[in-house]
Amino acid sequence: MTAVLIAVAALLALAAVFGAVLGFASEKFKVEGDPIVDQIDSLLPQTQCGQCGHPGCRPYAEAIAEGEEHNRCPPGGQDTVDALTDLLGRDELTLDDEGAEDADIPKVAYIREDECIGCTKCIQACPVDAIVGAAKLMHTVIVDECTGCDLCVEPCPVDCIDMVEVKPTLQTWGWQRPAGIGERPDSRIEVVNL
Amino acid sequence: MSQTLSSKTRKPLSVFARLASGIRRPAKVHDFHGGIHPPERKDISNGTAIAPGPMPAQLVLPLNMHIGAPAKPVVEPGDRVLKGQMIAEPSGAVSAAIHAPTSGTISAIGPRPIQHPSGMDAVCIVIDTDGKDEWIDHSGVADYTELSPGELVDTIRHAGIAGMGGAGFPTSIKVNLGDHQRVEELIINAVECEPYITADDRLMRERADEIITGIHILQYLLNPRRTLIGIEDNKPEAISAIKRACKGCDIEVRVVPTKYPSGGEKQIIQLLTGKEVKSGQLPAQVGVVCQNVGTAYAIKRAIVEGEPLLSRVTTLTGEGVSQPGNVEVLLGTPVRDLLLHGGVKPDNIGRLVMGGPMMGFTLHNPAVPVVKTTNCIIAATLEELPEPPPEQACIRCGSCAEVCPANLLPQQLYWHAKNDDLERAQHHNLMDCIECGACAYVCPSHIPLVQYYRYAKGEVRQQAADQVKADKARQRFEARQARIEAEKAEKEARRQARLEANRKKKTEAATAPSVDTAALKQASLEASKAYKAAVKAAKEAEANGADNAAELKAEADRLKAVADKAKAAVRDAKSAAPATAPAEDIVSKLKKQVGDASSAYKTAVKAAKEAEANGDDNAAALRAKADELKAAADKLKAELRDAKANAPATPAAPQTDPVAALKKQVGDASSAYKAAVKAAKEAEENGADNATELRSKADELKAKADQLKADLREAKANAPATAAPAPAPAPADPLGELKKQVGEASSAYKAAVKAAKDAEENGTDNAAELRAEADRLKAEADRWKAELREAKASAPATPKAPPTPTDTPKAPEAEAPQSLPAADPEAAAKRQKRLKALKTAYNMAHKQYKEAHAALERAERKEEVSADELNAMQQKVDKLKAKSDVARDALDALVEEAKADIRAHTGKDLKTLKLEAARAESALADKQQELDQQRDSASEETLEALSSELQALEAEAQIARKALKQAVEEQGLQE
Repeated sequence: MTAVLIAVAALLALAAVFGAVLGFASEKFKVEGDPIVDQIDSLLPQTQCGQCGHPGCRPYAEAIAEGEEHNRCPPGGQDTVDALTDLLGRDELTLDDEGAEDADIPKVAYIREDECIGCTKCIQACPVDAIVGAAKLMHTVIVDECTGCDLCVEPCPVDCIDMVEVKPTLQTWGWQRPAGIGERPDSRIEVVNL
Repeated sequence: MSQTLSSKTRKPLSVFARLASGIRRPAKVHDFHGGIHPPERKDISNGTAIAPGPMPAQLVLPLNMHIGAPAKPVVEPGDRVLKGQMIAEPSGAVSAAIHAPTSGTISAIGPRPIQHPSGMDAVCIVIDTDGKDEWIDHSGVADYTELSPGELVDTIRHAGIAGMGGAGFPTSIKVNLGDHQRVEELIINAVECEPYITADDRLMRERADEIITGIHILQYLLNPRRTLIGIEDNKPEAISAIKRACKGCDIEVRVVPTKYPSGGEKQIIQLLTGKEVKSGQLPAQVGVVCQNVGTAYAIKRAIVEGEPLLSRVTTLTGEGVSQPGNVEVLLGTPVRDLLLHGGVKPDNIGRLVMGGPMMGFTLHNPAVPVVKTTNCIIAATLEELPEPPPEQACIRCGSCAEVCPANLLPQQLYWHAKNDDLERAQHHNLMDCIECGACAYVCPSHIPLVQYYRYAKGEVRQQAADQVKADKARQRFEARQARIEAEKAEKEARRQARLEANRKKKTEAATAPSVDTAALKQASLEASKAYKAAVKAAKEAEANGADNAAELKAEADRLKAVADKAKAAVRDAKSAAPATAPAEDIVSKLKKQVGDASSAYKTAVKAAKEAEANGDDNAAALRAKADELKAAADKLKAELRDAKANAPATPAAPQTDPVAALKKQVGDASSAYKAAVKAAKEAEENGADNATELRSKADELKAKADQLKADLREAKANAPATAAPAPAPAPADPLGELKKQVGEASSAYKAAVKAAKDAEENGTDNAAELRAEADRLKAEADRWKAELREAKASAPATPKAPPTPTDTPKAPEAEAPQSLPAADPEAAAKRQKRLKALKTAYNMAHKQYKEAHAALERAERKEEVSADELNAMQQKVDKLKAKSDVARDALDALVEEAKADIRAHTGKDLKTLKLEAARAESALADKQQELDQQRDSASEETLEALSSELQALEAEAQIARKALKQAVEEQGLQE
């Protein structure tokens, strides 16, 4: 009987000691996890286009964190939706791009410069300050900074802004995915006019 | 040497001994995982010597023939260039120069198809050759050791040398590692493991000495501990040639077994040194530098001959070519020209491949030029390189994993790449895949594995680039947001500052009127005092130089000073009152003033009596003066009373206030009566005509005083009777009352106008005064009219019996807490009664005043009435007027209260309240203006009356404001 009691007492003592140590450690070495909004925001494409109905990617990230559906980002495409599904552990959703088929084709704004009247309206509309110019002087888009969000097109009073598809360069070109099972890779060419 | 010796001595020993020796001395050649043995097909092209290439009509030189930044053109279209002339300079650290491979003219700089699997165009310099092959001045150095390593590196950089094995990394970077980097092994890659290719083989066979010189230059630059040349054992001629060439120098030739891909950089390092370059590491990090044998040859040409990289040895092979072999082809030569040079049979070509069959890519266009990295052109027939069969499902045989030279799991990578699961693919070290194609070669399902990996790698790179761009966009977006926020905050701060300034101005403006009122009052009092002093002086002058004239004058001055002081104190009290000064203070101050004033009055009376005793002419004047002082004292007393009533320290005061008001009225009325009696007596003594008239007036006044007394009694009786059941008389129609008041006011106004007209006709002095009075009355009448209108407007909202839902019974309690029991018919009845009484009092006082006024007018019209008499009468009139005003004020307050009650209970809407407040404010402002206008012209009494009116209006405005505020608060609105 005493042996049992001693065993119980010893276990209790051990439990108390380890509990104290663990409790101390959990306080002392507390790791501040990334707030979920930051994680969501890092998955969004940062085009700041507002197609989700929010004035930028971060506001949408905040809305998602508060329960809004995470499939409203057409520039991010289905990949972003899937990534968000993984992150949030929510039900899988399909991209809600409202029928816009080319929403995830990268585009940049292009100002036809000889038609620009220098009204600065597009500059004010640009969420990432990617348009330079001054009043009554020609504006132009910094292509590298343009997110292709489309927001500058509407305010232009002379409709001189086009959304131009980004053509792959030698640096950005990538191999196509093979057609898949049952298809032969297309590598044969016609060599003519030798 | 020692090795062979030891192996000889150990030969008879057992397997154990050999193993031990193996442990002590590592085997010459190591092995790497996997690898395949595809058909070599090298005999197609390795039988003939290197032939000079064709001289095409046009050379097309892409600006990026190497890895890194494209070179920058230094020529213009139309320029004539000589062979070896630099036409594009390196731009940036990782870049290489481009030289004209032959003499000619620059015909264009623009996009042309280039050596890229995408089939895209890129900027190229196009040279129209002239066939002269005219060299630019150039010279090499026979002894490279004369030059410093830095100079050599610079020469290599400007010679445009890039890795000739296939990748095209600028050589100048690889040979310029810096002092901290100790190079253990320099490895010359002469493995050439891919099928078909024999360029390095032929180069080694034919130009071994030059290669060795190049290697020596590399040794000079890198100072390695060992230099190893790795050659596959399927090139015996090359091995012997190199061995011959490097006899007697510290270059070790290592023969490696034929296996694809031994020529991979990491694989040859492992083969020759046993060192493994870890994932993400560079060979230099394990102390190894790899150079292609062709690069060594190019370096020798650049340093010793001074010839930049203008041509390279390219294998032209495949069954579609009639004369296969190796060609020293000028860079920029279109593949078409090369094929024609090799006697290509166009109909036979099934596939045109640049590079080896394993790692090369199918050319889309024969116009693509040969560049620095082009080691092979395969023009293969369809039988030779058949179309890849259709992809089949993975059977998980695992062959790919067995042959992978990078020790990866190709099958896993395939799944992940196929499902776009890039993260997991990267977990399986996708990026360490060297795309050798061994896995695809062995795949029984003919899955184009390498293409999957290339696709996945491209996606990974794209994602990384997108991430960088997204981060940049986020930064810019956040910066913009911050900027906009800051701008908004700044704007808001400015707006707040403006608002604050406006508010301050407004509060200053709002506080100004009260100060102004006091100031005006004081000013008016002072003015009237001055006026009176002047009158007095005139009268004294009339007194024919009486003895005590000077004395009196001094006395008057003293009195004036006292009065001034009192008035100043009054002003102080008034301005201090809104600042919530303790009521007691004000009260005590007022008390003191009252004391001063009454003592002054007494002194004056005494002086008058003395004068009378002396029989002076100006006795009457003194008497008048005394009266005046008395009036002032009375006024002060009234003020004191008011102050006491308003003092919050005396909560009982408001309860008794109506009674007090009545008392005051009674007092006023009786004093008026007394004054009238006195006036009548005086008149009788003087034997004046109007003595009887005055007497009758006195009687009248007495009657009124009596009436007031009766009222007072009544009020007193009602005051404590809150509990007593009071009769509920039929509530008087407030509208009717108001109408009556309006009628009265307008008739008073008309009378005043008439009087003023009369006075004007008669040319009387006080015409202006009368006119002002008329104006005042008109304003009053207007006010009443407005009230009537208002009452009418609010009447429909009041269901027929307006006074029923009343609560607070007393005027000063108009602002009393709303918690009092609401519908109290008794209180309502009481108020009705009081209202009636007050009205009667007011009517009487008003009538008295009017009569007195009329009498005064009559007297003025009569020539024989003395100025003194007229003055006295005027004073009386004014006094009466003051009384009637007081009564009217009390009445007004009561009416206001009733109205407030109605308002409180009928729940007037906010708009009406606002309108009322605005109206009250405007009435206040009007009154203010009137006061301002009259300040100079009117007498003290008029001014006093106006001031009291102003006060009443102020109170009204305050009530309206308060009601509005309360309503606003009740509705939860914020101003």
